[in-house]
Amino acid sequence: MSQATLAIRRISGHAGPAPGAGVERAEQVCKLVDTTTCIGCKACEVACLEWNGYAFSQTTFNNSYQTMPTTSWNYWNLIKFNEHEREDGALMLLMRKDQCMHCAEPGCLAACPADGAIVQYTNGIVDFQQQNCIGCGYCVSGCPFDIPKFNSNTKKMFKCTLCSDRVSEGLEPACIKSCPTGCLHFGTKDDMTFLAEKRAQQLRENFGMEKAGVYDPQGVGGTGVIYVLHDVSNPEAYGGLPKDPYIPWVVQFWKGPAKWIGNLAMLGGIIGVTLHYLRFGPKQVNGWKHKEGGKP
Amino acid sequence: MSVSQVVSPVRTGDASGDRIQRYSLGERVNHWIGGLFYIYCLVTGLGFWSPYMFWMVVLVGGGPAARFWHPWLGLVFFASVCWMCKLWFRDMVITPEDRAWHAAIDHYIRNEDEDLPPIWRFNWGQKIFFWLMFYGAILLLISGCGLWWVESIPWSLRWLRYLSVTVHVTAALATIGGFIIHVYMGTAMVRGGFTSIIRGEVSAAWAKTHHRLWYEQVRKGTAGRE
Ligand code: HEM
Ligand code: SF4
Repeated sequence: MSQATLAIRRISGHAGPAPGAGVERAEQVCKLVDTTTCIGCKACEVACLEWNGYAFSQTTFNNSYQTMPTTSWNYWNLIKFNEHEREDGALMLLMRKDQCMHCAEPGCLAACPADGAIVQYTNGIVDFQQQNCIGCGYCVSGCPFDIPKFNSNTKKMFKCTLCSDRVSEGLEPACIKSCPTGCLHFGTKDDMTFLAEKRAQQLRENFGMEKAGVYDPQGVGGTGVIYVLHDVSNPEAYGGLPKDPYIPWVVQFWKGPAKWIGNLAMLGGIIGVTLHYLRFGPKQVNGWKHKEGGKP
Repeated sequence: MSVSQVVSPVRTGDASGDRIQRYSLGERVNHWIGGLFYIYCLVTGLGFWSPYMFWMVVLVGGGPAARFWHPWLGLVFFASVCWMCKLWFRDMVITPEDRAWHAAIDHYIRNEDEDLPPIWRFNWGQKIFFWLMFYGAILLLISGCGLWWVESIPWSLRWLRYLSVTVHVTAALATIGGFIIHVYMGTAMVRGGFTSIIRGEVSAAWAKTHHRLWYEQVRKGTAGRE
């Protein structure tokens, strides 16, 4: 993607048009997680730590295979394990790789007050720039997926980068690289959507999972991570994946109309007192003779 | 009342001569601690409020420093409001005289002070500002703690995160409205007011004009009512 600007446009002494001229590159990248083929091996968790240089954290045992309750500032990729009873009584172990969803309309970015602390690249990756982060935690309120996590030592926020460093060099994210079952795929959004829909169709037609489908929530403009779910009508069963995520109304109002209302009110106040001064001037007491017994 | 109260630095005046003591040293120190830390919170808060005002945060040491200090110095502001309550709580109760004054507030706005009913140590507007800051400080503190430890609010109670933002911004804007009027009146509009909160003294004419009941009290040596 980063080499897109180096695509050849014209070539000297060349017979015919430049090879590849007019070809359009899809810039939007996407990660596809097929929960139906995940075996919960956590290779992606380890690969994420390794690539990003974090040590393995203490695990929390909570009667499940899950490493810890939620992602953390130095643990960006977490398989969420959920025991789920199907309508026909069958028990299923649902496993979903939880990480930043890289929303097209990111709530964290909308909420963030610091210049350049959160950016969205043209390839769709939403990335935190810790050198600009002030550690206010507004992104925590803005995120509909509970993803940004605070490092209380450095006072900076962290989350999955979708391996923007690898992707910019034409490599796929570390988690994708490590998956042994091929349940993780990486490519353009178009290709991943095509693949996901195809897989969902296969599940519906050949495996009797009538409710299988693709999770690509439109409330946040679609996401850079999409899931194939056995039952797309019940994403909550997969460790609290919200059914219809959107940027919280309060955050939308706070970062939108409230700015105007507040700023106009403050400006109105300043203009108001200035006009008062111009019209009525100061209250002087010195030299002013008090009228005895002013009206009660 | 007693002589000791006349010369006592708290909420009384020395009525001899033309100068009357309006604010004790403690009251002035308290006022300026509150003012200073309010302004710090205001400047840093406005920086976070709008990218167009972020430069104010840069002026006071940059984003991370401002984020670190805003809540702590907000606590100092809150403490100063508590102290202020101890000093002024009784003086700030709204009395029937204040209601009469409020009914005639148009005269005050038009600088027709001779047409206003007499009042005690503080006028209705000052009292309303006090209560605005009092309740504002409480709301800012509670909601500010929600913003401070936003990650500690569990996901299932995330409405508290949103409520904290709403309350903090609303309370901040309400106090800012009062603050604009307060600063304007204290500096430009009511001449003599600014010196009184710095040096502690006003002229007898000033006291007579703006706070006649209090002035008469001071003259009689009974300013420390009750
Ligand atoms: C009483 C103690 C207070 C606490 C614990 C507190 C805490 C906080 C916290 C944690 C934030 C988030 C960003 C940051 O940390 O700077 C914040 C934002 C803010 N605070 Fe406070 N604060 C307090 C008092 C005040 C006061 C006195 C004001 C004065 C107006 C104020 C105005 C603001 C504003 C305007 C924002 C930004 C809101 C936005 O980004 O839209 N705060 N406060
Ligand atoms: S914590 Fe950092 S990234 Fe999150 S909103 Fe604040 S400045 Fe932005």
